[in-house]
Amino acid sequence: MKAAATGTLRIKTGLAEMLKGGVIMDVIDAAQARIAEDAGAVAVMALERVPADIRKEGGVARMADPAVVSAIMEAVTVPVMAKCRIGHFAEARVLEALGVDFIDESEVLTPADEEHHVDKHAFAVPFVCGCRDLGEALRRVGEGAALLRTKGEAGTGDIVEAVRHLRAVTAAVRRLGTLGPEELMHEAKSLGAPYELVRVVASAGRLPVPNFAAGGIATPADAALMMSLGAEAVFVGSGIFKSSDPAARARAIVKATTHHQDAKAVAEASRGLGEPMRGLDVAALSPAERLQTRGW
Amino acid sequence: MAVGVLALQGDFAAHAAVLRRLGESVLEVRSWTDLAGLRALVLPGGESTALLRLMDGGPWFDALRAFHGGGGGLLGTCAGAILLARDVDPAQPSLGLLDVSISRNAYGRQVDSFEAELDASALDDPLLGVFIRAPRFTAIGPQVHVLARRGGEPVLVRQRRVLAATFHPEIAGDDRVHRMLIEISAGTAPAG
Repeated sequence: MKAAATGTLRIKTGLAEMLKGGVIMDVIDAAQARIAEDAGAVAVMALERVPADIRKEGGVARMADPAVVSAIMEAVTVPVMAKCRIGHFAEARVLEALGVDFIDESEVLTPADEEHHVDKHAFAVPFVCGCRDLGEALRRVGEGAALLRTKGEAGTGDIVEAVRHLRAVTAAVRRLGTLGPEELMHEAKSLGAPYELVRVVASAGRLPVPNFAAGGIATPADAALMMSLGAEAVFVGSGIFKSSDPAARARAIVKATTHHQDAKAVAEASRGLGEPMRGLDVAALSPAERLQTRGW
Repeated sequence: MAVGVLALQGDFAAHAAVLRRLGESVLEVRSWTDLAGLRALVLPGGESTALLRLMDGGPWFDALRAFHGGGGGLLGTCAGAILLARDVDPAQPSLGLLDVSISRNAYGRQVDSFEAELDASALDDPLLGVFIRAPRFTAIGPQVHVLARRGGEPVLVRQRRVLAATFHPEIAGDDRVHRMLIEISAGTAPAG
């Protein structure tokens, strides 16, 4: 039999391609994972506390207990993601050894390294990373991320930051297409992005890996908004299990994500879901309370 | 007549790109009512449990079986192949338009996903198989022809107007499997 290759970039981004048009849901135990899968989640994100609780309770937020991650992997057949701290390659190795399908090197957890992110090329498991602009996006791709997501402002239920970040990335990609080849080096310098990747984006007119939305999605209309702005799938963190009827809200967000162009379908999905998560106004957060400024 | 790509969830954009490259006009199908007037339909890769949940809202299975019965060609890759199969393990509803048994996530988890060259004598030269949390055909009915194998195991099969792959030709950037779907639905492919 001819030799097989694992862990190639094509295999890593390939899984991200399969998740497109879907909803990835934060879960903290096997019971929540089953609710998410049953509602139509394309993947679940295993973590110890949802971002809203991390905000409320404070303390150091770390990778979830491997026992919890394994129990979630046992409970569902959809892919299981898990978060490691920024720069914490030992947590990432643990998650890879557990067999998770995707690692989120996430600003929601307390960073382990204030200068360096994980060298994601060194792993067979794919990574997703957050970004607020094109420079940050391409730095993460340069380090080996197979999937990007907006950072937004996790645990707030306020969509404004996710919108800001997605619009920033989209506008910067569009701008690259208007530049001449001699302008790309200066642009790479101002973005703080690898020159070769800047050239790739300028010629393709799009990011080299898929880009999903995250950070503040709490309603079906929030999901429809992000999809309509060009996100290729959505992550929902606290928005589901901090609402009054998680199963119904999860199903509704799944439906609104698929049918985001059909306002009647989004209206139908939004009907009678009960209380959304209470949420926090991002504008009222102090700079130190903002998770999005973690990482660079 | 256009070729449809089921666009509820999954890598439907990658399939649409291949079909457009082949000069087809492509319709993204998000409602069962979109099937009328198509000559072929691709069921893409994605998560089969999510696809099934998104089909709950309407008579998708009846509409897809009627589309097949009315002469439409079908190509399913990965999750799409699972939807087409007769039997699925672990059990879940399926269309039963392809006389095979299929086992989901049969190679392991994402770290076990792989790419490898296939033995594809029916498509003349080597074909790259990209297997992502892929399923495996565990039994093949007498009417089903094997078009490609990996280590002796079937990975691309055909039963008349139905094609199914456990891998992703749309990710490998190889157009031959899609071209075969177009030929089958136009009646210009050899009988299979």
